[in-house]
Amino acid sequence: MADLTSDFIGIKSPNPFWLASAPPTDKEYNVRRAFEAGWGGVVWKTLGEEGPPVVNVNGPRYGAIHGADRRLLGLNNIELITDRPLEVNLEEMTRVKKDYPDHALIASVMVPCEEDAWKKILPQIAETGCDGFELNFGCPHGMAERGMGSAVGQVPDYIEMVSRWAKEATGLPVIVKLTPNITNILYPAEAALKGGADAVSLINTINSITGVNLDVMSPEPMIDGKGTHGGYCGPAVKPIAMNMVAEIARNPATANLPISGIGGITTWRDAAEFMALGAGNVQVCTAAMTYGFKIVQEMISGLSQWMDEKGYTSTSDFVGMATPNVTDWQYLNLNHITKAEINQDDCIKCGRCYAACEDTSHQAIEMSDDRVFTVKDDECVACNLCVNVCPVEGCITMRTLDAGEMDERTGQPVAAGYGNWTAHPNNPSVQAAE
Amino acid sequence: MTNSPLSQGVVSGRLSSAELAENFADLHAPLDDHEALVAADRCYFCHDAPCMEACPTDIDIPLFIRQISTGTPEAAARTILSQNILGGMCARVCPTETLCEEVCVREVAEGKPVKIGELQRYATDTLMAEDTHPFERDASTGKKIAVVGAGPAGLSAAHRLAMYGHDVTVFDGRAKPGGLNEFGIASYKSVDNFAAREVEWLLQIGGITVETGKRLGERLSLETLKADYDAVFLGIGLGGVNALGLEGEDKGGVLDAVDFISNLRQASDLTNVAIGRDVVVIGGGMTAVDAAVQAKLLGALNVSLVYRRGRDRMAASVFEQDLAASKGVHIISNASPKAVIGNGAVREIEFEYTDNDLKATGQTVRLPADQVFKAIGQTLSGDGLPDLDGSKIAVDGTGRTSVDWIWAGGDCASGGDDLTVTAVAEGRDAAEDIHASLS
Repeated sequence: MADLTSDFIGIKSPNPFWLASAPPTDKEYNVRRAFEAGWGGVVWKTLGEEGPPVVNVNGPRYGAIHGADRRLLGLNNIELITDRPLEVNLEEMTRVKKDYPDHALIASVMVPCEEDAWKKILPQIAETGCDGFELNFGCPHGMAERGMGSAVGQVPDYIEMVSRWAKEATGLPVIVKLTPNITNILYPAEAALKGGADAVSLINTINSITGVNLDVMSPEPMIDGKGTHGGYCGPAVKPIAMNMVAEIARNPATANLPISGIGGITTWRDAAEFMALGAGNVQVCTAAMTYGFKIVQEMISGLSQWMDEKGYTSTSDFVGMATPNVTDWQYLNLNHITKAEINQDDCIKCGRCYAACEDTSHQAIEMSDDRVFTVKDDECVACNLCVNVCPVEGCITMRTLDAGEMDERTGQPVAAGYGNWTAHPNNPSVQAAE
Repeated sequence: MTNSPLSQGVVSGRLSSAELAENFADLHAPLDDHEALVAADRCYFCHDAPCMEACPTDIDIPLFIRQISTGTPEAAARTILSQNILGGMCARVCPTETLCEEVCVREVAEGKPVKIGELQRYATDTLMAEDTHPFERDASTGKKIAVVGAGPAGLSAAHRLAMYGHDVTVFDGRAKPGGLNEFGIASYKSVDNFAAREVEWLLQIGGITVETGKRLGERLSLETLKADYDAVFLGIGLGGVNALGLEGEDKGGVLDAVDFISNLRQASDLTNVAIGRDVVVIGGGMTAVDAAVQAKLLGALNVSLVYRRGRDRMAASVFEQDLAASKGVHIISNASPKAVIGNGAVREIEFEYTDNDLKATGQTVRLPADQVFKAIGQTLSGDGLPDLDGSKIAVDGTGRTSVDWIWAGGDCASGGDDLTVTAVAEGRDAAEDIHASLS
């Protein structure tokens, strides 16, 4: 069986699956049970300054988007950082780390944007024996209104500054958690790197309203007739998170900055995808909140099986393997021509491909009187919409035309070799580029 | 309880009221909200959907299912009822397994169709529970139309005509309206007096007067109707029952299945309905299955359903045959009745095995029988009707008969299957044509 042990910026854990800083990691009771269930590490729920803790709302703290059969696709929350006293958290962390020395225990921290505050609390927390810090620059609700969380994460200069303070204050690894609520994820990532951070973790949650109560005319989740934007997470955010991870991983300035991938990871496959795009490990929250701690068992068995099948012996074998294949549109091969093909044996004759193509695409599917659907090669631009709307997986596939083969749509034979937009005659910049 | 399934002869009270209540409960429990959402989600919203094509009333099935899935079952009900005003009953009695659900792409692909019938019931039940009527009657046209027969065809025609503002009088020979919905289908398909409630709900459109106890040849004549009304719609069904043509058929205990079903439906207390210990039902259609299953549910010890050809030739769907078998009905195929044996009352009935072409084999078998229910088809009855096509009233595509200003539809008219849903479609289409002709 593949070796799942993980070394992320020097922090070792039995596997690359960490629980993200969130309600599941709020206290000793949960964290012990998480470790027993098989989680490799936890990022303890964000700690704040000493003194009276924050106060949470006592109405709903979560809103959700459901798919069929109430499958939870997206979750949003308006919880703040831990609302338990700092000293209680520190005592519990100390006990847990003592009992689970081989598991990763990271302290998530959020204090005001003042040097003294950061430099005071980090050494204090380090006494718990924790393996590192995660600076919470991500929370988009509540704390941001007080100048913390994503209010810091949205200003690269602040990220750099606080990262530097943190590195000055502790010898432990420092991870900066990034908010996706920005225009370009590279600016905060580069700022973290400049400030000396050892890694970034992303994404934190996305500003969101999960729904509107049409009777009360209030956003959901609704607290006494009013709502506020909360942080969106869960399977629905995975594509957004993966793009941001990939952007950092393929950006020359940040290519060597380790990434802890977060965002809708629910299965081993999700984890493998994040890691293939460059994440050294992953953090999970919504999946655990939906199904409980036990899901990590499937993640472990699934990742192991896949690694064995592929011949990977260590997770580092495949981290970042997909990164070189993430490119800009302009470098995509315009000579790669495909055509949709419908397998008539698999087709169940629902006609969804036809409706989609006829109404909204290129009128490239023909429907006979007896409901046989065929692709018109002279119209098909290979947009893939038919594949995406077909309810039968594998029924419609894309056949790649060989070089020299006639593309019936253009009336031109398929050009041999690679040719992209930068060299295409229709590109007005081609002349200048040369 | 003094009797049991083992009691000899034709007796009532073979089962306790509790057992009978359970036996005659809803065949399919209604979907709850969540079940409906899950069931609706399986619909692929097919283009030019095969299920729509298969529905005799052309209900836009993908649309109504999508309306359910978005939390608007009332809108779904309007989609259904605009095509089929008896959509509630059809959701219960339609052989969906041979109509919409048979051609559902998920049936073809997986053997598990979208539960179209149950979803239709969910939608129509939701709307009817609000006790509102979704259609408004147009201003009165002053035209008078007579509808003969308050079954599915007549009620469908009456509703559509009333909606267009015509004044409709519906005549029916029975004591209450509903036709086969009220008198002709198995109780477990229409529990809680649904047929009567549906008629009452349908009549909320206004402009419809129901006169019961009047049928053609009995306080009603076609000539008078023609003279008194601007148009006449005949939805008189099939009033006669085919006979076996056997010696001894007049012995006690040999009954028409439709009468047994009707009496059972109208019984106020099932513990008072008598049933034999050994019951034999002759026939292979829905009526035969309805009679056989209900005989079993009443507590008969042995119920045999005997059909003269192979099982694949039975008019009852495979679903209905399986239902009968699951209730303990013994289905015997390839056997033709030969003789009714008994001294005054039937005691046994003799069959001869026959092949699918009804060729006799000479091999016979006798079944013990306290009761024999004949379910071998019904016939049109009545004199002075418009021209016939074979054994039914000849009609064109919109229900016009050979006589001007007389239309016909449902089981009494030529063409189409003898199904509730077909009758509804024919009544509706005739009403459209009547309305167009009067406008």
